[in-house]
Amino acid sequence: MKLNDEEEAMRAGAFGAPAQWAIEHQIQVGEYLGAADFVAVSSAHVMADTESLGLAGVEWVERLATQAAGQRCLRVPTITDPRGTDFAAAHRLQQQDWMLDLERRAIAAFEALGVLMTNTCINYQTIMAPVFGEHVAYGDTGVVIYCNSVCGARSNFEGGPSALSAGITGRTPRYGYHLAERRRATLRVRVEHTPRDLNDWGALGALVGRLAGDYWQVPALFGIERVPTSDEMKHFGAALASYGSVALFHMIGITPEARSETDVIPAQAALPTHSIDQGQISRLQSSSAAATDKFDLVVFSAPQLSLMEMQQLAGLLDGRRASIPLLAVTSPQVKPDADRLGLTQKIEAAGAMVLSGMCFYQSYAREIAEANGWKRLATNSAKLVNIIAGYGYQPVLLSMRACVDAACENGRIPR
Amino acid sequence: MSAVFYAAAGMGRKVQGEALVAKDGFSARYDLDRVRGVFSRPQHKLAWQSYVGRVLVLDAAKGGVATAWMLHEMKARGVVPMALVLNAVNPIMVQGAAHADFTMISGFDLDITQAIPHGSLVEVDPTARRPLIRLL
Repeated sequence: MKLNDEEEAMRAGAFGAPAQWAIEHQIQVGEYLGAADFVAVSSAHVMADTESLGLAGVEWVERLATQAAGQRCLRVPTITDPRGTDFAAAHRLQQQDWMLDLERRAIAAFEALGVLMTNTCINYQTIMAPVFGEHVAYGDTGVVIYCNSVCGARSNFEGGPSALSAGITGRTPRYGYHLAERRRATLRVRVEHTPRDLNDWGALGALVGRLAGDYWQVPALFGIERVPTSDEMKHFGAALASYGSVALFHMIGITPEARSETDVIPAQAALPTHSIDQGQISRLQSSSAAATDKFDLVVFSAPQLSLMEMQQLAGLLDGRRASIPLLAVTSPQVKPDADRLGLTQKIEAAGAMVLSGMCFYQSYAREIAEANGWKRLATNSAKLVNIIAGYGYQPVLLSMRACVDAACENGRIPR
Repeated sequence: MSAVFYAAAGMGRKVQGEALVAKDGFSARYDLDRVRGVFSRPQHKLAWQSYVGRVLVLDAAKGGVATAWMLHEMKARGVVPMALVLNAVNPIMVQGAAHADFTMISGFDLDITQAIPHGSLVEVDPTARRPLIRLL
């Protein structure tokens, strides 16, 4: 990689040990992936939960914080993805003390580095959405795909060490979706049925993700009949990123880089073409439901719920009583508004639990399943369905309404 | 003479081990029980098989960003594959391998999951002039 004078100085240690480690890490990554040089970024977003970091990761961040003591370590605002717990609810989830102790250590270390503990995967809805063309270094697949596709920002998937590096150096290797030529479509997908509910958008994302198959594919969708809402884009993108490891999509006539087909598909380009109909969207969901007739819990998470989703959930639970655990996970930014507007009270009056600042699958999901006897899980998040089976759950994708019905009918699946 | 397959890129140290091969993806969060050291996603083609000390020969890096931290954590506990050999990487796998000082090579001019027999003894050398995997 070509380095400028400042980058050479960082590499030589002139800006301290954390910057030296960070740029060395970035050079190693950039050279593997063919980056010619660095690009300046305006902010970074770091995965920082201890289920991912483990003890080794927490100790590593603590050492970095010690090295940085007394120095201004971060060059750009650096925020965090959800935590592994909501401390206020940890014992109700039957999380163990060692998990909470590790979380506290991680928080202290990241704060010592100057990281803002925002604990959210919906920062584009609640903190600050990036603007068109802005280069950023974001570390949650759902965040990256939304900001790339819906906002027109430029980011690769940045894992914890790399996102933290970007925060420290204020730059990231220029490869992948920082390059205009990488942002062109590589496959066409004709959508013959515009989804209605959030779970349907997630199912569509899952199907497109399976077609795309890897990180370097950029699907261009045709046929979406209306402009999706932010929450619909959120569920679609999160599922697409989860099932396909995809970081960018275009919806022709809707997303900002694809006002027309020729904006993202070169003339005469012979791209693979697929179509997805209503039957495929329905079958993806019914296939998971076929094996389960009763649930142990309902989870709304992954991504965290927006204020509008919280309002919808409060409405569905109005006057009802959940007879199995129902967890609603939102961000620390949405939660105070939900409290102030009475939504939290309505949801919890129905026997459900509102959690803030965590994400279900990042919260020691295997251990809390064993502690609580949870296995059969209903959710309206296709992303959660894709992830949580690896933690020993049997997940089923349903609408929010159907999930609430199941929670209020002792876990029985609505037919 | 043993068969050699060259990769587009590599990092880490030269290692030898038994190959665990499947036309399937890899994600530390989605696919693994990292405590027990086995593939745990029921749909994965290597479900319930131990990955510890094996050379994983798989199709593509999948899933989210967590693998970047998790490889480091897995290595610290010694419940970790010997190496990863992939047709296609994503940045997360590269970032995770770099952070964990983990052996990985990727990018072949053929489907590497078809070229390496499951259970064969292989050498992975990312330090060679052209990173390679060799059947022993």
